[in-house]
Amino acid sequence: MRKVYFDHAATTQPDRRVVEAMLPYLEETFGNPSSIHDYGSAAKEAIEKARARVASLINAARPEEIYFTSSGAEADNFALKGIALGNQQKGKHIVTSQIEHHAVMHSAQTMEKWGFQVTYVPVDKYGVVDPADVARAITPQTTLVSIMHANSEVGTIQPIAEIARITRERGVLLHTDAVATVGIIPVDVKELGVDLLSLSGHAFYGPKGAGALYVHKGVRIVPFIDGGVQEGGRRAGTENVPAIVGLGVAAEIAKAEVPGRGAQLTPLRDRLARGLLERIDRVYLNGHPTQRLPSHVNVCVEYIEGESILLFLNMQGVAASSGSACTSRALKASHVLTAMGVDPALAQGSLLFSLGRGNTQEDVDYVLEVLPPIVERLRQMSPLYAARKDS
Amino acid sequence: MQYSTKVMEHFANPHNVGEIPDADGVGYVGNPVCGDIMQLYIKVQDGVITDAKFKTFGCGAAIATSSMVTDMVKGKTIDEALKISNRAVAEALDGLPPVKMHCSVLAEEALASAIDDYYKKRVLPSPVKLKVGHEHEAD
Repeated sequence: MRKVYFDHAATTQPDRRVVEAMLPYLEETFGNPSSIHDYGSAAKEAIEKARARVASLINAARPEEIYFTSSGAEADNFALKGIALGNQQKGKHIVTSQIEHHAVMHSAQTMEKWGFQVTYVPVDKYGVVDPADVARAITPQTTLVSIMHANSEVGTIQPIAEIARITRERGVLLHTDAVATVGIIPVDVKELGVDLLSLSGHAFYGPKGAGALYVHKGVRIVPFIDGGVQEGGRRAGTENVPAIVGLGVAAEIAKAEVPGRGAQLTPLRDRLARGLLERIDRVYLNGHPTQRLPSHVNVCVEYIEGESILLFLNMQGVAASSGSACTSRALKASHVLTAMGVDPALAQGSLLFSLGRGNTQEDVDYVLEVLPPIVERLRQMSPLYAARKDS
Repeated sequence: MQYSTKVMEHFANPHNVGEIPDADGVGYVGNPVCGDIMQLYIKVQDGVITDAKFKTFGCGAAIATSSMVTDMVKGKTIDEALKISNRAVAEALDGLPPVKMHCSVLAEEALASAIDDYYKKRVLPSPVKLKVGHEHEAD
């Protein structure tokens, strides 16, 4: 049976070069980077090399603006909590959007419990934040605006540079969760104009367990983990050296390959989206028609539920995901689709195909071949479909 | 999501899918916003359920529990059928993940709703106490 991996938004297979670069640090180069001897300095050197590579990928001015974390989620927590707490003498108000990853959204909710105010700006039907809404939401008490670079579920890319012009003018810091974009499309912190940016290694062919937060020099942020001198004293804990090395190599590869990645994925994405709309009745494409990631195809299939489609796809060798209730275990429709105004019942039938560099046209055509009969079979079982035919 | 082999069997090849045009009772529970709807049909002869079919909108567990509950009621008297609990349905499927237990509750309620409809169609007092609305169990 053919195997098709269309779940790159969940994670990617580490590049062979990444794995090979990591291996020595799991074996003989095992030193603690904080140690003074040769074992320590070898590990320290490897981490600093990785830091420079990550800085270069996102065009950060200085490697020391990169703080390694365990994940993109940790970077998001660090940014929100660290900035809010570090700047509370100015005010206790944060602005974010209704479609953020839970790492940002739940951090913001935690900050509310800690006495901060949060404004969640809406999005339009394509999932785009209106910079004017951000401008309106900013008050003299606002310290931070956090808007994701691209949404990991529907792939819509946000007008971050435009938002940055507003935050700079108003003297407010801007964070962007760029986990869905770094290593997939070009990301340049200077062009975007952001003060903080989160990224994650396993989203772009690096290992799990390594992410980073870019913090522009001079930004006031409180330490996220107390207890050591690591990461400039802001994130204690002996570094995950192998994973950080892997992240560095993934960043270096991405720097060379990113322009080509978009060019490879876009035609596949468009072929898949077009094919689904042509071959299946009552399928709707979610997200912005053009301002979108080259990797994401998110659709809602009416009258059926996402998890059952995924289980049948899996039986045919196709790995995909869904923002729907059952898969996310939240028992609620995706907050992203809900914020975009998608009917809650329709949102239950959402499917996300996220493409990556190993995928081919044959993969796309295989999915277009196996999915329509699955949809038909589930619709024959669905009382909603029967009700539609009756009416 | 870790489903038992039994759940996957009933999901992949569900028993009793369809409608009974001249059903003696039809139950309809759930709503699309929650992500699952079950429509359950029963045929009753001399107080015994002789046939049962379903149509379900929902996840793998919703389809598997529909399949299992319709299997279980066939040949049972109304009184026996009313004693089928959601736990019994889940156990017959070798268990459900905790976040999916609400699907077995839905199956129990769909059956109760069909039996209630059977009594109403006959203008008889229904022994069924239907729950108002459908609440998910907390995960």
